[in-house]
Amino acid sequence: MSWLNQIAQITLINLRNVPSRLGTSLVVVVGIAGVVGVLVSVLAMAEGFRHTLASTGRPTRVIMLRAGSDAEMSSGVARDQATLLGSLPAVARDAAGRPLVSAELFVMVDLPRHGQTDPNNVPFRGVQPAAFAIRDEVRIVEGRHFQRGVREVIVGRKAAGQFAGLGVGSHIAFRDSDWTVVGTFESGGDVHESEIWADAEVAMSAFRRSGFQSVTAALADPSDAGLAALRASIARDRRLSINALREPEYYAKQASILSKLIGVLGYSVATFMAIGATFGALNCMYSAIASRQTEIATLRAIGFGGAPVVVSVLIEALALALVGGALGGTLAYVYCDGASLSTLNFNTFSQVAFDFRVTAGLLARGLLWALVIGAAGGLLPAIRAARVPVTVALRTA
Amino acid sequence: MKYLPLLWAQLFRRKTRTVLTLLSVLIAFLLFGLLEAVQIAFESGADSADAKRLLTTARYSIIEPLPMAYAGRMERVPGVVAVAYADWFGAKYQNESNAFAVFAVDPARYLDMYPEFEIPSAQREAFVKTRTGAVAGQRLVDRYGWKVGQKLPIASEIHAKADGSLDWEFDLVGIFDAEDPAVRANTDVVLINVAHFDEARQVGRGKTGWYIIRIADAEQARAVAADIDRLFQNSPDETKTAPEKEFALGFAKQIGDMGALVTRILLAVFFTILILTGNTMAQSIRERIPELAILKTLGFSNTTVTALVLGEAALLFVIGGGLGMLGAVAMMPALNGATGGRFPPLFVETQTFLWAAGVALALALAVGLPPAWRVHRLRIVEALAGHR
Repeated sequence: MSWLNQIAQITLINLRNVPSRLGTSLVVVVGIAGVVGVLVSVLAMAEGFRHTLASTGRPTRVIMLRAGSDAEMSSGVARDQATLLGSLPAVARDAAGRPLVSAELFVMVDLPRHGQTDPNNVPFRGVQPAAFAIRDEVRIVEGRHFQRGVREVIVGRKAAGQFAGLGVGSHIAFRDSDWTVVGTFESGGDVHESEIWADAEVAMSAFRRSGFQSVTAALADPSDAGLAALRASIARDRRLSINALREPEYYAKQASILSKLIGVLGYSVATFMAIGATFGALNCMYSAIASRQTEIATLRAIGFGGAPVVVSVLIEALALALVGGALGGTLAYVYCDGASLSTLNFNTFSQVAFDFRVTAGLLARGLLWALVIGAAGGLLPAIRAARVPVTVALRTA
Repeated sequence: MKYLPLLWAQLFRRKTRTVLTLLSVLIAFLLFGLLEAVQIAFESGADSADAKRLLTTARYSIIEPLPMAYAGRMERVPGVVAVAYADWFGAKYQNESNAFAVFAVDPARYLDMYPEFEIPSAQREAFVKTRTGAVAGQRLVDRYGWKVGQKLPIASEIHAKADGSLDWEFDLVGIFDAEDPAVRANTDVVLINVAHFDEARQVGRGKTGWYIIRIADAEQARAVAADIDRLFQNSPDETKTAPEKEFALGFAKQIGDMGALVTRILLAVFFTILILTGNTMAQSIRERIPELAILKTLGFSNTTVTALVLGEAALLFVIGGGLGMLGAVAMMPALNGATGGRFPPLFVETQTFLWAAGVALALALAVGLPPAWRVHRLRIVEALAGHR
């Protein structure tokens, strides 16, 4: 009990004295805030990208590509093949008995970023009417749907945020066609939000295409047996040389290089940063405690034990680290959360946009890091301070 | 220089502290070297660009093909010296999509266009003569352990043969390489002879992906580019021609915000280091006020003592920064090995060293000036009396 009492006493004294050592304490707080801020932001980027990928596609849907093609861009599905695929019994039907299938054109169009002139490969998707029934996550958030047979487009929320001239009501020129932006859509933060959508038939004539790139369909039976049935019926038809993949599987593959790159970049930066700053923080703690040698020796001279001194100094270090971690986390949240980023997906050669996501889990991880740095930085110097003989400490200071 | 031992002694007065500070500076510069190398690798295309080369693609989208017949018409444009073309094969090797790039090219035209690609002349001859021939970059050959003379089975995701099959096979007749590391990134490619490819493919015969044009005078690049585009205006296949460098930069810009992000990360890193080191430095000087006062008593001028403090800060950053950059250089081979050649080769450029030196100097000043100023104004009597 007396130990606990001692710890409480010294900790109170220490914490009350923080204002008189504001400079040093502040440096520790700012240093740790810097580490945690960078750590959380970098990981928030990786998390945001992961989230965008994870929320794209449903396991109940399949995307069908030409056998041998791993990406829509390199795939080709002829018009008659698309019709055949829609008639397969393994494809779900709507209430009116029409197949829930959308044959889609997928091309890239050049658009500059806001305030720039260099072109970027922005994905443009021509969809059939059933596309919206199949992908029920797609919602118009501004304006309206495009009309069939008219050169009108709707634009994903993230594409509109990144690229110039995609506001509702504006006109964009691709090839020798002029298109009107009539709406903006959301689809739960997935990769489709980086795209521009139009009526497939109109897009095919404008881009002078005779075939589609892919066919997306809802499975009548979403179990593995249902998928196997679809694949079997495709394999039976000699006119079809088509590969059917569940959507999540397809989209995860589409971003494998970029995921790896962002992951490696994020984690290595975070690790180096954490190590480097731990040394710095350790140093500050060391000097903060070294300069209090007299104070600590005095405490011990008037009867406080060594262990309570160590524990209380450690508590102070942890408290400062916690404040720093909270500050860093807050900064990362304020500046990064929801900020969006668009980059080239090397697998598809087209732009993909995603938002930074500062999640509670990441903040907790940031705080944990802060505490680890605080503990590492506080423990060793505290032990040293407690072990120096009182007489020596009082004389040399 | 005679003060170097003194500086050294001052710096290592408290070993633990200095070692810790050095380590945090070292890590910061290590990170700087690595991130800059990544950024430069992204933009390496722009560095190796030739000012006398133009690229022509379809006007509306890079993926649209252009007629091969354009070559002859382009050659007649004044200022054009040579024309080559290439088509994207969409390779799939050992079931991996885009494991590397494969371009279908006219061998002689293409290799003439890129004199920086070095290939033995016998192998070049073989490539020109073998209709099913292919040549590959040294890095790819190393990665897959290929041998000249072997068959290369490569599937295409785009181009089917006349029988509908997507599986192609080529004869590896040569290996090319480049000296300059910035150019080496461009050698991660297999070139196949367009003669066989164009004849054997099912659709798209007579079309190619893009044109590379050599011009006589780099100053005339814009004018010639405009002339070429005017030639095909209002045709079904309009073109867009730009200097190679611009094209590469545009591509780097597509990667976009990543570069800005790297810069921001580095700023945060250096800011944190600055705060931490600055504090340590100030603390260290504070402890040594009496010593510095004694130096002044012994006859060291204000300027000398101030310079000693600044020198100490500079030494700290020179050692820490230098070791960090050396560490980054030392890590490059391991990193290049780890990416398996799938990423452009990483290397630390001279320019990065200069930047690092600049940053180190700026940090040394920022960290050293406040305590130096304090020491400059230090009055011996007060300092020795213990009035800090």
